[in-house]
Amino acid sequence: MLIETVKHALIGAATATALTATAHADMDLSGKTIEWIIPFSESGGSAKWANFYAPLLSEALTGEPTVVVKFMPGAGSTKGANHFQENVEADGLTIFGSSGSTQFPYLLGDPRVRYEYNDWNVVLASGTGGVAYLPPDLAKKYDGDVTNLRGEDFIYGSQGATRLDLVPLLAWEMLGLEVEPVFGIKGRGDGRLMFERGEANIDYQTSSSYLKGVVPLVEEGKAVPMMTWGALGVDGDIIRDPTFPDIPTFKEVCDATVGCLTEGEKWAAWKAFFIAGFPAQKMVFLPNGATDEMIETYSNAFKKVHARDDFSEISKKRLGVYPQMTGATADAALKSATNVPDSAKAFVVNWLEERYGVTLK
Amino acid sequence: MDLLATALPALSEAFALILQPQQIGFLILGVLLGLSVGVFPGLGGIAGLSLVLPFVFGMEPVSGLALMIGLVAVIPTSDTFASVLMGIPGSSASQATVLDGFPMAKKGEAARALSAAFISSLFGGLFGACILTFFILIARPIVLAFGLPEMLMITILGLSMVAILAGRLPLKGLAAACLGLMVGTIGEADAGGSLRMATYDIPYLTDGLKLVIVGLGIFAVPEIIALLRQDRAIAKDAKLGAGWITGIADWFKNIFLSIRCAVIGVIVGVIPGLGGSVVDWIAYGHTVQSAKDKSGFGSGDVRGVIGPESSNNAKEGGGLVPTLIFGIPGSGSMAVFIGGMALLGYDAGPQLITNDLNITYTIVWSLALANVIGASLCIVLSPGIAKLTTIRFTLLAPFLFMMISFAAFQSRQSLGDLAALFAIGLLGIMLRRFDWSRPAFLIGFVLSSQAENYSFQAYQVAASKFRRGTDTGLEYIFTPIVLVLLVVTILSIIVGIKQAKQIMPEGQVPTGAKRAPLIFALFILVYFAISFFDAYSIRITTDRIFPVNISTVGIIATVLVLIRMIRSAEGDGIFADRESSGEDANAPHGLWSTLAWFASLLIFASLVGFIIALAVFLLAFLLVRARLTLPRASLFTALGIGFMCVMAGSLNRDFPPGLLQEYVKLPWPLT
Repeated sequence: MLIETVKHALIGAATATALTATAHADMDLSGKTIEWIIPFSESGGSAKWANFYAPLLSEALTGEPTVVVKFMPGAGSTKGANHFQENVEADGLTIFGSSGSTQFPYLLGDPRVRYEYNDWNVVLASGTGGVAYLPPDLAKKYDGDVTNLRGEDFIYGSQGATRLDLVPLLAWEMLGLEVEPVFGIKGRGDGRLMFERGEANIDYQTSSSYLKGVVPLVEEGKAVPMMTWGALGVDGDIIRDPTFPDIPTFKEVCDATVGCLTEGEKWAAWKAFFIAGFPAQKMVFLPNGATDEMIETYSNAFKKVHARDDFSEISKKRLGVYPQMTGATADAALKSATNVPDSAKAFVVNWLEERYGVTLK
Repeated sequence: MDLLATALPALSEAFALILQPQQIGFLILGVLLGLSVGVFPGLGGIAGLSLVLPFVFGMEPVSGLALMIGLVAVIPTSDTFASVLMGIPGSSASQATVLDGFPMAKKGEAARALSAAFISSLFGGLFGACILTFFILIARPIVLAFGLPEMLMITILGLSMVAILAGRLPLKGLAAACLGLMVGTIGEADAGGSLRMATYDIPYLTDGLKLVIVGLGIFAVPEIIALLRQDRAIAKDAKLGAGWITGIADWFKNIFLSIRCAVIGVIVGVIPGLGGSVVDWIAYGHTVQSAKDKSGFGSGDVRGVIGPESSNNAKEGGGLVPTLIFGIPGSGSMAVFIGGMALLGYDAGPQLITNDLNITYTIVWSLALANVIGASLCIVLSPGIAKLTTIRFTLLAPFLFMMISFAAFQSRQSLGDLAALFAIGLLGIMLRRFDWSRPAFLIGFVLSSQAENYSFQAYQVAASKFRRGTDTGLEYIFTPIVLVLLVVTILSIIVGIKQAKQIMPEGQVPTGAKRAPLIFALFILVYFAISFFDAYSIRITTDRIFPVNISTVGIIATVLVLIRMIRSAEGDGIFADRESSGEDANAPHGLWSTLAWFASLLIFASLVGFIIALAVFLLAFLLVRARLTLPRASLFTALGIGFMCVMAGSLNRDFPPGLLQEYVKLPWPLT
């Protein structure tokens, strides 16, 4: 399964041409309205992702139904997910877009979670990556080994330790860096602004934001890339991020740094949450009880989107070069993203409490 | 000169791009949509833009931008209708307009207030667009100069406006502001995620209360109830007095005030993270402070309309600066705008200005043109729409209840929205009755999370800078901008306290017996005490400090008020109570029976869903309370339901479902 995932990642949209004849005829949705629930506000990355796909999906579905993105923010996306779990009927007209921030509370046993990923049917999984970067004066002390950065006072603008920020925070801690997160910022864009103002001196952005907001800074000499979180390789290894082949991964940096181990409990926990948060960060689901016909209709529609001649061009600009998975590969991605070993969960829950005083009760 | 050499060619190119029939057509379409959305209280730019977003994909870029900008630009203009005519903040940018605009409408000067507001909006909007034209090329260092200490200082400056809006007794104003700050902390803390005055058993509370609900509850519900009890038109003698030309002349007389407030609007708009909801208060505070004769504020001084309205349109121009050059939205509607730009194939950010300056300037031109078209339309329409104030209010009220319930429900699409609206509305009624400053409460609420986050974050960064060296730390905190803002804040507090006694943002309130005001003050004290203990039990320090300190201040202020109440004789100003004598006390209808109508709509909606409940409510209200004949009542009910369905249908919104909908599946709009 993973082999397929990666192949798909590298060849991108091209694999989607392997679209084969299906057992069922696709549903005719002409005149219908498809509601796409996004459990976040209009300003986040999920909104961008859904706004990118919605018109393409509409064109690809038989009968060209109207696809409306419906934003339902609240309680760190658990509100919208609970709504999808409990109140949505499987009539093939409502789909749900989840994100890493929906996965993490589910994995960490957040008391507000009443949804169950195993009930849902995945029809699309989109991956992404992340890049950490430093200001130029600190980057001088860094050569793929962070030893000389130890003892620096790092400040990082964070949205909260239980969110996707868990991945960078744990990574930096493993490297022995003293990073003090300033909690309570509203989005990663604000974190970048803090970095530009010199208030924060370490930051990370997901790939599309990095391409858009940080690459110009790098070109001006105001920021230097430090490492990526990497991508998931053929045999489950962390490999270089295909979008940033020249930037070392956290794994490489960790290997090169004395005292940072790429084995054991901590590493296993980091890797588990990286897999849950990035390689299949955003997924589209049909609700519990959806028929095979519905699932195939949507899977085929997304395959059709990926098979468009201009897909790699338009998606590169807005989503980055990341796997856009459908069918069995999407199922596999969902499995690896939601089945985190209990030991990793226990480690992170304990770490959050000890390090940040956060309890999920 | 280099600046001009870059800007001018792009500017004229952009002018040519926008002045095509098609683009102008889309701009006007956007303006018309924006006008209709803005008139509707509680719905602002986010709702409007979400309406057009599905159609933007695949449009020609300049047309798409013209459509979106046209829509966004006129919302702070058209939302004035609700603020002036009904006393309901049309959107968060028009809260302060209510203070003087609505009393003017009551005096029969609605058209004057509206035209003064529109011409101020027009001026502010054009001013904002002018500044944006050149500012956009040089703004980057300025925006970067506003770090956390500077943002904290601006937030504190905003809070200092409480001093002048506190009303007759500064202590009560302070307590009201603390109450607003505390209500703003309800829910999950931004920093550590601890729950404050909330529990996971009531998921609604964990997200905190939204501004739409608090704004409607604190201003709209009390005013609607108070007017409804009178059973007459909003304008007392049901005649329109001074007309729209007077309003324009008023603006011209106060043109320098308008300029100053537009400058405030641009500056606050440029700083990302502050959001638009504070700018009107700062402008209003400035207007009052700088006026010589302050006696009329709160009871219909036209300058109280000109100030905030000049600033809130200028803010849109300023707000586009961080949006376009950093890709960081300054407000919710700007966030949606960025999404729309992406659909057109443009990414907001530094490269937009470098590579597509002409496209950037079409945005500026659209903004300016939309302001001209929007404000002109509004001025032309205002004498007609102002006639609403001469209609018997009992006929308007049920439809206002309908609209604010629907608007509140858009906040979270949960029945909790309606419950929260009612609870906050009840608090608003009591604050109004006992003359605890409602503006102070709202300022506290609006700035609560900013005050908490910025102070904590600035402290954290400063601590790290100090570890690097005392010089580095001091340099970080005491920048020239911080020092200037500090001086302005201190001046504003001193001037405010000195003059607050002359200004009654709520007008004259009669005083009465001890008992009722005392009970209400005790109630506030109990709330402070409970939230103090609740905050004290939080384990994460960062989530604890702010609510503990604020509730302590609140407790002290309230205890002092109570002590004064016990010592003072009856009839002292501290015992303000609208139910003791005057207009409210002599109203033909009681407070509770009137409130019960509103409550019945909400309770009934939770049982059978909004539309069915609304049909029954409208019919019953129009028959029983307004004493219409059955045919007319049925006609009005049908019109109301029809309007609601068209509105919700075109915005693709749902209605609150009730218990009934849990068991029976009904077709839209009954769902």
